[in-house]
Amino acid sequence: MTATRHDAPMTSSVGNPGAEKRGMNLTLRIWRQQGPTVKGKMVTYKITDISPDMSFLEMLDVLNEQLIMQGDDPVAFDHDCREGICGMCGVMINGQAHGPQQTTTCQLHMRSFKDGDSIDIEPWRATAFPIIKDLAVDRRAFDRIIQSGGYISVPTGTAPEAHATPVPKADSDAAFDAATCIGCGACVAACPNASSMLFTAAKVTHLGLLPQGQPERNDRVVNMVAQQDREGFGGCTNIGECSASCPKGISMETISRLNHDLLGALRAGARPKS
Amino acid sequence: MTVEHAQRRTPKVAKTNSVFKKAVMAVTGIIMVLYLIAHVIGNLKAFSGAEAFNSYSGWIRTVGNPALPGETTLWVIRIVLLVAVVAHFWAAVSLWRQAKRARPQGYVTKKATAQSYASRTMRWGGVIIGAFIIYHILDLTLGTVNAEGFDSTPYERLVASFQNPFVTIFYAISVILLGMHLRHGIWSATQTLGQSNRRREKTVSLFAVAFATAITLGFLLVPLSVLFGLID
Repeated sequence: MTATRHDAPMTSSVGNPGAEKRGMNLTLRIWRQQGPTVKGKMVTYKITDISPDMSFLEMLDVLNEQLIMQGDDPVAFDHDCREGICGMCGVMINGQAHGPQQTTTCQLHMRSFKDGDSIDIEPWRATAFPIIKDLAVDRRAFDRIIQSGGYISVPTGTAPEAHATPVPKADSDAAFDAATCIGCGACVAACPNASSMLFTAAKVTHLGLLPQGQPERNDRVVNMVAQQDREGFGGCTNIGECSASCPKGISMETISRLNHDLLGALRAGARPKS
Repeated sequence: MTVEHAQRRTPKVAKTNSVFKKAVMAVTGIIMVLYLIAHVIGNLKAFSGAEAFNSYSGWIRTVGNPALPGETTLWVIRIVLLVAVVAHFWAAVSLWRQAKRARPQGYVTKKATAQSYASRTMRWGGVIIGAFIIYHILDLTLGTVNAEGFDSTPYERLVASFQNPFVTIFYAISVILLGMHLRHGIWSATQTLGQSNRRREKTVSLFAVAFATAITLGFLLVPLSVLFGLID
C-alpha cells in the first residue's frame, strides 16, 4: 500500500526529516460474514506501510480502500465520531474488546502494535447483538433497555432554578462517572457470560444517584433488568472483564448498586411491566 | 398495574430474573459458609483423641435433648443444608444455561484480562465440589465406601480414610477447589447482595482471600495429620 492517502504520511524521525522510516507490515485476520443468516469465517489480509500514528479505524480504512481498488467487498464496521465519545465503534482486537488499550477502537493507535504483528479482528459476540455484516452488530437491545427505564419524567417548560434541588458533590461525581457510559457494548463483548450488567448498572447508577431519578427508581431497575433478561443477555458472575475493558472505566461498584436497588425494589413490590 | 395483576406475576419474576437467581446463590452460599465454619472447628476435635472426637460426634446427634428429641437438631441442619445445596445448584445451572444461550458462538481469539482462576472455575469447580460432598458423606458419615465400613466409630473411619494417600490427595484437591470457590464466591455474594462499593472493594477481596485460605488450611490440617501419623 503506497501513497493512496494524502492525510496519512509515513512517519519520519524528528530532527532527521530526510530519513524516511517504513511503516508497519501487518497480517490481519478479519471475521467476514455477508449477512445476519450467512455463515462467516476469518479471512487473512496482508497490509503494508501502516503508520504508527494511524488510529485502528484509519488502518481499516486503508485496508478497505485497498479492497475497493481490487474490486473486493470492503469490511463493514461501525464508527461515527472517531473521538471516543459516541460509542459506535468497537470490535474485538486480538481477543480484547477495543484492543490492548482501555479505550475505544477509534482512539486506539497503531503504535500499540509492532511491525509484523498478526491481528485478529472479530465482531462483538452475543445473541442479543446479532451480526449485521462482518464486524457490524445490531446493538438496539441496548436502546430497548434504555426505553424500559433509562429515563426520568420531568415537567417541561421553564428551566427550574438550579439551586432548588441540591445534589451532594460526591453523588454528582459518582452519577457523572456512571453517565460517561457510551453504550459501546464492550462490557457485553468481554463478559464470559455475555451479560449487559455493567451497561444497565451504569444507567441505574447515573439516574438513581440524582434527586431527579428518584420517582422511577424502583420501577426503573426492575424493568431494565427484566428487559436485559428478555433480550437474551447472560447473568453477571462478578468476574470483572466488563469493567477492565470499558473505555470509560465504569466500575464494578455500579453493579453492586444495581443489585442493591433491584432487591430493594422487589421487596417493595415493584414488578416489571409485561 | 392492578393488585391482581401484580400478584399473578410475582412467581414469574422470581423465576426469570437473573439478579434474583444470583441473590438465591448468594444467600444459600452464605448458609453453607456458616456451616463450613462450624464444620472446620468441629474437625479439630480429632486432635483431642478418639474418645473426644467420637463423643463430639455423639453430641451433634443429641444436642438439644430432651427438649428437642432424638436427632432433631441434626436433621434440621441437614434439611436446611440440603435445601441450600439444591437451590444453589438450581440457580447455578439456570444461569449457566442462560450464559450459554447468550453466546452460542464464541470468539476465535479471546483474551482474559481481569478474571482470576477462582472466578473462571466457579461452575466446574462447583460440580466437582458437589461430587466430592457426595463421596465425603458416603465415606465418613455413612461409611459405605470406607475401609472400616459403616459399623465403625467416626474416629476409625477418619483414620482409615486419610491413611490412604489417594483419598487424602482427592480430599486435598477438593478442599483447595472449595477454597477458590469461596474466594470468588464471597466477593461475588457481596456484589450480588449490593453490599460492595469502591471503598469496600479491597477489604472484601482481602477478607475473601484470608477467609478462603483459613478454611482450606483448617480442612487440610486433620487429613494431613492422619497421613503423616500425627493422628492414629
